[in-house]
Amino acid sequence: MFAFILRRLAQAVLVMVSVALIAFMLFQYVGDPVVFLLGQDATPEQVSELRGQLGLDRPFLIQFWYFLVNAVQGEFGISLRQGAKVSHLIAERLPATLELALVAGVLALVAGIPMGVYAALKRGSFVSQLFMTISLLGVSLPTFLIGILLILVFSVYLGWLPSFGRGEVVQMGWWSSGLLTANGWVHIILPAITLAIFQLTLIMRLVRAEMLEVLRTDYIKFARARGLTNRAVHFGHALKNTLVPVMTITGLQLGGLIAFAIITETVFQWPGMGLLFIQAVTFADIPVMAAYLCLIALIFVVINMVVDLLYFAVDPRLRVENAGGH
Amino acid sequence: MKMTTTMLACALALGTVGVQAQTFKWTSASDISSWDIHSQNNALSNGIHAAVYESLVYYDSRTFKPEPVLATAWSQISPTQLRLTLRTDVKFHDGSTFVADDAVFSIERAMSKTSNFAVYTAGIDRVVKVNAKTIDIFTSNPNPVLINQLTELRVMSKTWSEKNNSTVPKDIKTQDENFAHRNAMGTGPFVLKEWQPDQKMVLSRNPAWWGKSDGNVTEVIYTPVRNVSTRMAALLSGAVDLVLDPSPQDLGRIRSSSEFKVVDGVENRTIFFGMDQFRDELPGSDVKGKNPLKDQRVRQALYQAIDIDTIVRVSLRGLGQTTGALVAPQVNGWTEAVHKRYPFSADAAKKLLSDAGYPAGFEVDFACPNNRYINDEAICQAVTAMWARVGVRAKLRTLPLVTYFPMIQRYEASIYMLGWGVPTFDAMYSLQSLVRTVGAQGDGNYNVGRYSNPQMDALIERAKKETDLKLRTEILTKALALQNKDVAHIPLHNQVIPWAMKKNIDVVHRADNRLDWRLIKIK
Repeated sequence: MFAFILRRLAQAVLVMVSVALIAFMLFQYVGDPVVFLLGQDATPEQVSELRGQLGLDRPFLIQFWYFLVNAVQGEFGISLRQGAKVSHLIAERLPATLELALVAGVLALVAGIPMGVYAALKRGSFVSQLFMTISLLGVSLPTFLIGILLILVFSVYLGWLPSFGRGEVVQMGWWSSGLLTANGWVHIILPAITLAIFQLTLIMRLVRAEMLEVLRTDYIKFARARGLTNRAVHFGHALKNTLVPVMTITGLQLGGLIAFAIITETVFQWPGMGLLFIQAVTFADIPVMAAYLCLIALIFVVINMVVDLLYFAVDPRLRVENAGGH
Repeated sequence: MKMTTTMLACALALGTVGVQAQTFKWTSASDISSWDIHSQNNALSNGIHAAVYESLVYYDSRTFKPEPVLATAWSQISPTQLRLTLRTDVKFHDGSTFVADDAVFSIERAMSKTSNFAVYTAGIDRVVKVNAKTIDIFTSNPNPVLINQLTELRVMSKTWSEKNNSTVPKDIKTQDENFAHRNAMGTGPFVLKEWQPDQKMVLSRNPAWWGKSDGNVTEVIYTPVRNVSTRMAALLSGAVDLVLDPSPQDLGRIRSSSEFKVVDGVENRTIFFGMDQFRDELPGSDVKGKNPLKDQRVRQALYQAIDIDTIVRVSLRGLGQTTGALVAPQVNGWTEAVHKRYPFSADAAKKLLSDAGYPAGFEVDFACPNNRYINDEAICQAVTAMWARVGVRAKLRTLPLVTYFPMIQRYEASIYMLGWGVPTFDAMYSLQSLVRTVGAQGDGNYNVGRYSNPQMDALIERAKKETDLKLRTEILTKALALQNKDVAHIPLHNQVIPWAMKKNIDVVHRADNRLDWRLIKIK
């Protein structure tokens, strides 16, 4: 068990360092922040002086080393665009992204599971066909298009919902929440739906397929033979067994929700980390970009590790093989 | 007596009704990065700062002549000494009175090391207080555009800065935030109420402002929206009143709509092509051993091969005013004569090319930005096709601005696109940067084709020292004409900037693409 965890940790560190290196390397070619800081009238002397002060003239490996040493301490330097600490900027934006991902995740589950169950039980019915068609659209339409369409329909034509922003927020310590005001909820509806649609269709299709599989098994037949009600068979037995893979996928997709939020956040001007990242790209704000990529990598690595450990706990076969000590 | 009181009360009540709260909401792509007025020289920040902080003089929004603001009068005491008389009845937002010390302090603050306003303090030697309402600005050389420079030097309270540890501009390279980075306290028509960077900025009308406002706006809310479709949707759904940078393809629909309108303004920015006139052989060209772009006839051929009217109509959807001059009409030095273009003629271009020894044309590198100017990439694609018709095979590469500008500044492009705005409204600003031989102190700092003509340098040096304004303007015009004769650059058009807004909004479109906060009216 201990060796397993150690091995996993070592792999995680390796992944993190590689991500940091790749991110850092990419940024060498993104552009020159000095142009933005000084404007078009700067003299070459001013440019080279600023490059020196920012450490941009040091060799690549030295720059990377300083970056790593600071990154381990959670320190990514100063945003070149806003002149504030990157860690502060990210902490400021984190709640918005997490709340959006959470609402979208819950929405995907709450809507996706019943739709999947219905599509499995009433296979061939008109509504099931409709669900399947919609899900196909949900999987194949790009997020930004869905977002723009929703804005067009619900903000521009109908005028029911706001088209951008987070609305009123309540500050609780360092956490700002939009979920405590009606205005905040009105603002989160469209972005949450946009972000949830892909996951929703995924979950729906997964539940449907698993459900169909489970309904064919022997124990369902036995349950029916025992004279249990349809309700007990479908929800008490079939659905429960369906949910194991669904939970696994949902857990893994949580990282995806946070990372994919970039596009949704840009479309809805949602003040989260994704928007911060996109703004940083336009201004070649290297420290912010690097910090964001490392943070997303960290979230994925942690989630994967937790899932691995859960498997280890849940699946006895894994334990036997590792405990064998061949 | 009693009746008078009643009447007074009525009048007061009426007065209150008259000043209805009017909120003006607007948006554009990005937020300002600091409220410190000297931290970064950025067009958007400068425009927004001007609502809260005033300068000694400012361009009139309609005529674009410097008009008195915090200074009521100025006179040149000697060629290097400018005396300014300050307004007496001005109060800062905290109630303190504006005095000469504040003006001196603010200009010195703009001259300090961490300031990015050196362009506007250039030539200023020192600032001296004469008395509580008079200051003198001494320049190291005669500087005829000093007044224009002062339009961008806004005034802060000396005591407020000292009290709040903000006497030096916020250094963008460090994390030390001074108080003035997130807070603002000026003399302007609006007071900063709230600022959440990248999210929301609220300004409210300053009831104690000294000036008279034509507008009726009591509150301004700015919410930056990065995605252009979302920005347009915000306007169409009524969430904002004005979009500063609407998407060009939506303009047709908005112009024909009954609820919205578009206000166009010719921006003081000229778009042109520059050409490498320095190298003896162009990299990536099939002409070996010589540089065809060094030949004036070749440059003129490239010029005459461009059908600019078609480009403005098709590639720019009308968002351009064709020009033969390197500066826009608002700029001092511009004349009708230098504005005239060489006519478009593919035949003339072909003849010039064969006269120069390239009857079959040649291959050449051609670089353009793809996210800096209005439809920049589309323009360059159209021009590539037009040049192909006369045999010049331009190999177009388009780059995002963050990589494009450092690249052309390393002199790596053979033909490049550049747009030049003139904040001083004086042609010297363009001539010195664009056609003066590359040298020190800003000479030729954006002459990235390295054009060099001793005659041109002599004209520019003469204009730098000339104190007779009329004569100086004539020299500037001569230099602009020489640029045209040499075809040092190929001017294309002056950008037309559209603002999209609701029908009930009344604004003045300034040539520097800024809103004038005092003139916004909501009907």
